[in-house]
Amino acid sequence: MAEISLKNVKKSYTKQLQVIHGVNVDIADGEFIVIVGPSGCGKSTLLRMIAGLETISEGEIAIAGKVVNRVEPKDRNIAMVFQNYALYPHMTVYENMSYGLRIRRMPPAEINERVQRAAKILELGSFLDRKPRALSGGQRQRVAMGRAIVREPAAFLFDEPLSNLDAKLRVQMRLEIQKLHRELKTTSIFVTHDQVEAMTLADRMIVMNLGVVEQIGRPIDVYDDPASLFVAGFIGSPAMNFMAGRRVGEAVEVGEGVSVPLPAALREMAGDGVTVGVRPEHLVIAGGSGPTLSLKVDTVEALGADSLLHCKLGPHALVVRVDGHETPEPGSPLAVSAMPGKTYFFDTASGKRL
Amino acid sequence: MVENRPWFDFLAHAILILGVILVAFPLYVTFVASTLTYEEIVNVPMPLVPGDQLVKNYSQVLTSGSERGSAAPVGTMLFNSLVMALGVAIGKIVISILSAFAIVYFRFPLRNFFFWMIFVTLMLPIEVRIIPTFKVASDLGLLDSYAGLILPVVASATATFLFRQFFLTIPDELAEAARIDGAGPMRFFWDVVLPLSKTSMAALFVILFIVGWNEYLWPLLITSQESMYTVVIGIKRMIAGGDASNEWNLIMATAMLALLPPALVVITMQKWFVKGLVETEK
Repeated sequence: MAEISLKNVKKSYTKQLQVIHGVNVDIADGEFIVIVGPSGCGKSTLLRMIAGLETISEGEIAIAGKVVNRVEPKDRNIAMVFQNYALYPHMTVYENMSYGLRIRRMPPAEINERVQRAAKILELGSFLDRKPRALSGGQRQRVAMGRAIVREPAAFLFDEPLSNLDAKLRVQMRLEIQKLHRELKTTSIFVTHDQVEAMTLADRMIVMNLGVVEQIGRPIDVYDDPASLFVAGFIGSPAMNFMAGRRVGEAVEVGEGVSVPLPAALREMAGDGVTVGVRPEHLVIAGGSGPTLSLKVDTVEALGADSLLHCKLGPHALVVRVDGHETPEPGSPLAVSAMPGKTYFFDTASGKRL
Repeated sequence: MVENRPWFDFLAHAILILGVILVAFPLYVTFVASTLTYEEIVNVPMPLVPGDQLVKNYSQVLTSGSERGSAAPVGTMLFNSLVMALGVAIGKIVISILSAFAIVYFRFPLRNFFFWMIFVTLMLPIEVRIIPTFKVASDLGLLDSYAGLILPVVASATATFLFRQFFLTIPDELAEAARIDGAGPMRFFWDVVLPLSKTSMAALFVILFIVGWNEYLWPLLITSQESMYTVVIGIKRMIAGGDASNEWNLIMATAMLALLPPALVVITMQKWFVKGLVETEK
């Protein structure tokens, strides 16, 4: 159990190639942090720096109050779960889980006790004598987690542990990780590119893009209150609708004769180029307050419980989420309005929220 | 084949049987010759059924050698060959697996340069450097010794290269997981890399053992005493001069004996050998 703090952490491979541009975050003891972002955003690199597998070019990483910049991975008291599991293929499940403890010369009786306990939590009891190749993907993933659990480390680091599993198993393992964290309450850092995993698992999430932290916050806060165009577009599925427009007086003109009034509080800050964003689930078939948008339904994705309508508004493509039983025909017109307070305004040039 | 074509089956079998005869016949003749007396062999045509001299011929070469050519007992030579082949095979595996481990898993200055240096020596057969190697070995007093037979040929660029290629297929995450588990580099080598390399090592052992056993030029140079001859050299020394003066029955018996250990190694390690060539346990 430990808190982890990152102070202005940077990573560069050469003078020109900097991949992480100063990350600051304090992770509380027992917190479940998810680092989420598209591939190449530096999230795995950041995790590997915490693990000690990558050197830290600048800044400080402290685990349990102790700066670990120059500490070997084995002495950082962390355990890591890898994307491809990284189980030792020639060892049985039991040997895999106990390897780290055997190296640390723990008495065999205690090793056995810890492994048996972890095996019970993960329901691996009947597989302890098997080699990894005789296990399914989900079971291997559980062994990898077991190897982390038996160490009883200060923190778990997960590097996209679910992306090699099929969709159904991924949901199941996600729930198991959640349950595990509730039971063990160990500080965890979980890297993923899947915003659903981030939303469901995180106490707080760190949204990264191009080596920069875009936003840190509780999932629901990030969803409700995105700090930038990138976060707004990345978190939430289907993605937020954006309409790039021009500021005209006290409104934003997003197309021929279509304008969205700018809230009074934002008029001061708004520049010339303003992008209006609204989530598919916040567009309701007309009747609500605010301006009505006249759309034309292009295609329909019927998902059962609800339907996604892909619509056209002048040059913009918008997605509207409606109840599955009220699905209009493709080609028909549709009048929608945004729920009050659910329209977001961004500065087009900087991408920052107004 | 699912199809049932009798002609095709017949043809296939005929070709295979012909192949077996082609390969096996000289071996059979050698065996037959090693069971005859000298007089029976030099008669034309040589009989093609085994004679009654098997025990006598074999026990003579094993203990006292031939009378007209080299008189060294083949038993000693077989032992010398065995020491050399084992020494070369095991030595090559140990040295090359360690150097491949260093090249793949450690970052040190000029790492690539050293790898290419090793790789380039692949192109130089032993014959190219045989004179300087002999000079060095003789200056070091290695003539007529097991060390002299083994050491100069024990470095293998080929084996290093093969192990390197194999190590590159081991996922990096395994090394990282081991680091986090607390295993130092040599512990990782011993606990993870070595067990994973078992099949490759077995395959290489078979090849290197046979190469070591069959080594001719180097033992020919480095040994001058009969007690240090390897069996391959021994056979050559038994062939003293003109056709008539050679005891072909004894030479053939020696050839049969020289054939046995490599054949034994191949047969016993066949399963491992094939495994090592086709599959990697990952």
